[in-house]
Amino acid sequence: MTSHSDLSCTGLVRRFSGHTAVDHVSLDVPAGTFFSILGPSGCGKTTLLRLLAGFDKPDEGDIHIRGQRMNDVPPNHRPVNMVFQHLALFPTMSVGENIGYGLKRQKVPAAERQKRIVQVLEQVGLPDLAGRNPQQLSGGQRQRVALARCLVLKPTLLLLDEPLGALDLKLREQMKVELKHLQKAFGTTFVYITHDQSEAMVMSDQVAVMRNGRFDQVAPPEVLYRQPETPFVAGFVGDNNRLRGDLVSVEGELADIRLDDGSRVRGRIACEGLEPGSRVDLFVRPESLVLAGEAINPGYTGMDARIRTTLFDGANSRVEAEAAGQTVYARLPQDGSAPRLGENAAVRLAWDPILARVFEAAT
Amino acid sequence: MKRLDRKTRKHALMLSLALVTGGFAGGAMAEELRLITWGGYAPDDVVAQFEKETGIDVKVTLSNNEDMISKLRATGGAGFDLAQPSQDRIVGVQRQFNIYKPIDFSRVNTEQLQPSMVKATKDSTELSGKHYGVPAVWGTSGLIVHNSVADSVKDYTDLCDPAVAGEVSYRLKRPTLIGFGFALGLDPFSAYNDRDRYDSILAQVEDKLIDCKANVKTYWTGGDQLLALLRTGEVKAAMAWDAGGWKLNAENPEIRFVAPESGALGWIDTFAIPRRSENEEAAYKWINFVMQPEIAAKITNASGNFTASKGADEFVRAELADAYRASFNDEAINNIKWYPPVPPGLETVEGQVLDRVQAAN
Amino acid sequence: MMKDSASRLSLWLLLTPFLLWILLLVLVPHLQMLRVSFQVRESWDTLVWGFDQYQNFFTESYYWRTFVRTGVMSLFTTFLTLIIAFPIAWYIARLARGRARGLLFLACLIPFWASELVRTYGWMILLRESGLISSWLQLLGLADAPVEMLYNDVAVIIGLVYNGLLFMVVPLVTTLDGMDENLVEAGYDLGGGHLTVMREVVVPWAMPGIVSGCIVVFMLTLGSYLTPILMGGKDSAWFTQQIFTQFITRFNWEQGAALGVLLLFLSSVIVWIGLRLSGQSLRKVMG
Ligand SMILES: Nc1ncnc2c1ncn2[C@@H]1O[C@H](COP(=O)(O)OP(=O)(O)OP(=O)(O)O)[C@@H](O)[C@H]1O
Ligand SMILES: [Mg+2]
Repeated sequence: MTSHSDLSCTGLVRRFSGHTAVDHVSLDVPAGTFFSILGPSGCGKTTLLRLLAGFDKPDEGDIHIRGQRMNDVPPNHRPVNMVFQHLALFPTMSVGENIGYGLKRQKVPAAERQKRIVQVLEQVGLPDLAGRNPQQLSGGQRQRVALARCLVLKPTLLLLDEPLGALDLKLREQMKVELKHLQKAFGTTFVYITHDQSEAMVMSDQVAVMRNGRFDQVAPPEVLYRQPETPFVAGFVGDNNRLRGDLVSVEGELADIRLDDGSRVRGRIACEGLEPGSRVDLFVRPESLVLAGEAINPGYTGMDARIRTTLFDGANSRVEAEAAGQTVYARLPQDGSAPRLGENAAVRLAWDPILARVFEAAT
Repeated sequence: MKRLDRKTRKHALMLSLALVTGGFAGGAMAEELRLITWGGYAPDDVVAQFEKETGIDVKVTLSNNEDMISKLRATGGAGFDLAQPSQDRIVGVQRQFNIYKPIDFSRVNTEQLQPSMVKATKDSTELSGKHYGVPAVWGTSGLIVHNSVADSVKDYTDLCDPAVAGEVSYRLKRPTLIGFGFALGLDPFSAYNDRDRYDSILAQVEDKLIDCKANVKTYWTGGDQLLALLRTGEVKAAMAWDAGGWKLNAENPEIRFVAPESGALGWIDTFAIPRRSENEEAAYKWINFVMQPEIAAKITNASGNFTASKGADEFVRAELADAYRASFNDEAINNIKWYPPVPPGLETVEGQVLDRVQAAN
Repeated sequence: MMKDSASRLSLWLLLTPFLLWILLLVLVPHLQMLRVSFQVRESWDTLVWGFDQYQNFFTESYYWRTFVRTGVMSLFTTFLTLIIAFPIAWYIARLARGRARGLLFLACLIPFWASELVRTYGWMILLRESGLISSWLQLLGLADAPVEMLYNDVAVIIGLVYNGLLFMVVPLVTTLDGMDENLVEAGYDLGGGHLTVMREVVVPWAMPGIVSGCIVVFMLTLGSYLTPILMGGKDSAWFTQQIFTQFITRFNWEQGAALGVLLLFLSSVIVWIGLRLSGQSLRKVMG
């Protein structure tokens, strides 16, 4: 509960008839940051957000906003606003009235209200649309109106529940960047929910990865990507290859692993309590894999693989290969350095063991 | 395309033709008597016996005077083969709307009817030398009173007595106007054809009824409603039909039908044949059938009203006969005021009076 | 071309029964009524054309007073029905789930398996002096003599509201059912209290249902006959009763027809005004 954190929760629990949707979640969001909660469908993201907005009450735990306990404050008295998954613009009001609704509730005089509506519409890039009906707007425009409707109230905290979910891919890419800019411009603290890891990575200062009602890891995007702390995070954030095997020995922070086909590889240990002989999972990202001909970097570790097919996708082109009975993807650099590979060609896949992460195998 | 069009149209035409003719054919198949009458005047067992003896199907429609007239007026006297309007409601209606055809008395077995009633009905249903009604059932309107108030309610106007305040009910219909007129010592019947005198009688009755309004619990509109009011004791005195009073008397001896001092109002329901009757033959058969003493007595037992059939009295239920005798001594019977034919247009004036009574407060 | 005329033919075939129905059962009788209403009975058997029946309506205070009374009471009944039906519809549409929902709907529907007469008698059994409520009140010691609750305007309105309830609940449930739960939450989230959310978000959304429900209930109430007659007091005339009396007991078809035409016309005007008013407020809400 540091004074400069806008939102701080401790031990939040919400149960639905025997099923715990939010399970002892604690979080701390510093003022002015973009905080994302990332998790697969059904992990409890919306439930958590509804607790923050006040539509639902936690069974345990406390919610503090700017140091004030909020548990018993009804939603209309919290300094929090929410952008809904389906926006929930009032269909019976014009854009201007939608934005003016909250201002009216704050008893802002009409002239001032009008000024602020015009101003916020300009800020979100929709000047002159105040008279339209929400039904007459495009998806992206509606999105911005929903944002403007909340931002005009200058909330301490803005909650967003997968607001980009309904947009098409192109628009989503564009809105991602725009949201980030708007957040910087307004300086409002955002708590953003998504199941799309790329959204979370692009926009956030901090990302919490959520699973089964719990937070697995809370970290900046880059740390999440490079140093996942659980196998779930390693698998969920960014593309990753998982290789299963037995731990043979540990040297310093590197582990020597025997894969199921007998080949030996190495990786960096990412969890505690690993004993030789235990089953482990080694995660190595496609971009860490090098397709080596004969020459192999002396510090690298590697395994034999057989090419199945090549997947061309511009800068993101990969090969699909089979190694130790498992499917593995490797990035194909498009700078001409990669060899041309036919189907069934035998290759050796190598990597720097420091870049691979070894966890105890999930059962 | 055109051919299909025409063919389809022809099919549709044939289909509707088939439906229409089918309807007619179905109608003509069995002989049928369509009777519009009052509740209780065509009991199920009587209908069944008639159908068995004659092979004629009887279709009964229950109605009342106004409804009967309205229905026949709407169709110009079609849709029914036999009707049973009250004798005072025939001539005026006939003159105005021409919905009945004259009775052929040679086809009526007048032997089994009470001659005085035949004469009275003939007289009151006569129009340009022809007669339009055969007497069937008769009854009276008077007072139904609970013993506890019998001492204070002896005539219609006694319904306005403070002793029965809030425990009184009557209809806002013309019999009430007539009854109150008599009770006020006037003679509305004799003024039927003297419009000025009748208007002045109505004016006095109107004042009385408006004065009386505070005493009334509710103006009853249907027989069941009235019986419920009396049965529960919510109403202690009402102007109503004799048969209803006798029915209640059978359930609760405390309630009786009383002939008012100024005289009960007597009506005779008749048989009349609609102008466009499709089965006159069956209509006469029905008239002669139900006026046999035993059959007529069955109708009396069912409806509570006595009939114009000669000799039916001996077949009537004993309780009913007793109740009748308790309500009417000879003097009361002689004092019955029989409704004369209503001249056309009278109802409009009466209606305005009734409206004003209802609107007053 | 062929397909075109074929589909037009089938359209006509489909429409014909409907058009016939409209023509024979709606249009023709009304035109007939209109014609009769302009006839004046000069003597027992001569008719001339004229406006006397319409004049009567305005000069004979009994007629127009009955109409005003009927109209005002119908409007009030409609309003009351709306107030009562709204929470019920809200509960059915938004709070009840699964079986409870079906059962509630059924509970609203059950009274309509009986005829209006039976329903009215039901209320009479409850409200009459010797009825259930009166005897309960006495049992509970709240009254020391029988209480008469029948035969007054309150009783009439109770009966009429009961008759109209279903016809208000159904359109309300239908519109409220289609409302996004998040709209209400957004209403609160942006700082609105219960009243504000109701006024600014829910009611504008439900407006189509409210308006259609109100029209149906209003017309139904205006045209009801048994309830006002059986439950009403001594001077509680209802306009339909007037029409019925003119037609059936007075044989005055001309006056009855004129009153019928006036009822149709005036009630249409009231509905039109209502539409305009709600349309206006609807537009005001939308800016
Ligand atoms: N009102 C409720 N009653 C019972 N269970 C609920 C309720 N709301 C949510 N749940 C359950 O809680 C779990 C979490 O739901 P929640 O809506 O928070 O998921 P989510 O992470 O937002 O998923 P999505 O990405 O699909 O929106 C789900 O298993 C859901 O079925
Ligand atoms: Mg969700």
